[in-house]
Amino acid sequence: MSDPAVSTIPPGDLPIPSDQPAVEVDQLNFFYGDFQALKDISLSVEPRRITALIGPSGCGKSTLLRSLNRMNDLIPGVRVEGTVKVLGSDIYAPEADLVALRTKVGMVFQRPNPFPLSVYENVAFAARVHKTARGAAMDELVERCLASVFLWDDLKRNLRKSALDLSLEQQQRLCIARLLAVVPDLLLMDEPCSTLDPAATQGLEDLMGELAKQYTIVIVTHNMQQAARVSQDCGFMLLGELVEFDKTENIFENPQDPRTDDYIRGRYG
Amino acid sequence: MSLRTRLTRIWEFLIEKAILLAGLACVLFVVLIFVFLLREGLRTFSHISLGDFLLGRKWYPISSPPRFGILSMICGSGMVTLGAALLGVPLGLASAIYISEVAPPRLKEVLKTGIELLAAIPSVVIGFVGITVVVPFLRVAFDLPTGQTALAGAILLSLMAMPTTVSIAEDAISSVPRRYREAALALGATHWEYIYRVALKAAAPGIVAAVMLGIGRVIGETMAVMMVTGNAALIPHSLLQPVRTMTATIAAEMGETVKGSDHYAALFAIGIVLFAITFLINFVADSFLHRSRVTLR
Repeated sequence: MSDPAVSTIPPGDLPIPSDQPAVEVDQLNFFYGDFQALKDISLSVEPRRITALIGPSGCGKSTLLRSLNRMNDLIPGVRVEGTVKVLGSDIYAPEADLVALRTKVGMVFQRPNPFPLSVYENVAFAARVHKTARGAAMDELVERCLASVFLWDDLKRNLRKSALDLSLEQQQRLCIARLLAVVPDLLLMDEPCSTLDPAATQGLEDLMGELAKQYTIVIVTHNMQQAARVSQDCGFMLLGELVEFDKTENIFENPQDPRTDDYIRGRYG
Repeated sequence: MSLRTRLTRIWEFLIEKAILLAGLACVLFVVLIFVFLLREGLRTFSHISLGDFLLGRKWYPISSPPRFGILSMICGSGMVTLGAALLGVPLGLASAIYISEVAPPRLKEVLKTGIELLAAIPSVVIGFVGITVVVPFLRVAFDLPTGQTALAGAILLSLMAMPTTVSIAEDAISSVPRRYREAALALGATHWEYIYRVALKAAAPGIVAAVMLGIGRVIGETMAVMMVTGNAALIPHSLLQPVRTMTATIAAEMGETVKGSDHYAALFAIGIVLFAITFLINFVADSFLHRSRVTLR
């Protein structure tokens, strides 16, 4: 990461071989203290597709998502069993490097969380931390990342403005731009539209479609229509179990498990 | 209306007014003190100009004719305060960062209580420790004729400013929303990178306020400083010389002056200058605190 030339490679040009899954989860069990939040989860996420995780509140979908970049490590008293491989390497292995993992796996949170810094400094944050760009290369990186989320034209005259003064949708887009500056391979999105109005949600869904041409995206949502609209693969979770995982159209049109069928038809959740 | 409800009403009315009076009393006392200070002190400027008073180098209050120039004391207070800030701010900031971000929960409680306990030590006790430990140490360490120097005062005052600085800065850093930390770590930043690139910037107004309030505490401090700084009314050229602060002058001379004399009025005038400085510092600190509440909403 210390080579400044890295920053000149457009995001997404560090491709995952298409024959290799981006994420492989094998018999994952996850505990918060005594409470088992994930039960024996196995799934694999294909590269350059959008994979959605759906299910009622408290089913463990966010926990599963957050175990893919080890954000759950921040909570005291968690315990993990099983293996999670991201881009072929076991991220829970003792020698795993958290900083390297998080430069490969970016995360967009439920509530937009731009830093209380300027728009420019938000996008530049990762490059400053990882020392991948500065000076003119930094300006170019900021422009490219903002352009990728279609914010450049709106904000190019206001790069010094505080990110907290943007609208919620712009803030969420900025958070994605900030992420792209890390040059990740995998984007995790934890209900990214839950604080947005319908028009902003539409905008962000279009953006996801664009990004999926280059990136692998895993999105958690409890909006079923959203999962149906944006994703190609879909997993349905209930009480910590992955009930069904299949192509999205199969989940919605021809679910194999009666519990999935009930949820899709709105019998609970 | 029954007697009972009427009694309740009267009782409520009385309680309300009593609380109101208590609240007004605080404001009234401040105003009274201020008026008293002005009334006694402003007389000084009828026979000496403000410029001569503030910039005069000579303080000979009981010679004839008397000289009332307080520049040496302003410099003394300034030097001690600056020294205390230079010593205390980095230390205070570092411990605020440690307590809010690094320390495990139990140690955090112990440290917070410990530092707040520091505020409970009477300043004369700190001055006593200064005389018996700090002053002799400085004399030997720097090979000085006397250890009673501005530096000795600065060291003690940096300790005394610590509780204020640390607890307010710690509050400011702790109230940086959790989501910033998650965001920074998710971008591959280390804990330290999060602290200095995000947390300290987000908490900056609160930290500035913490430093200002610490300094405000230091400028007004009297006893400990008077005990260790030597009290020579000379313009100091280094931290290793004796100095006399404004507060120490008032405390030392007030008991020996004739009530109503020019000397007496001049001491009150020093009080006005002190009041103006601390008022300004508190005002600035308060506006920063207000700003930090706005950015950290």
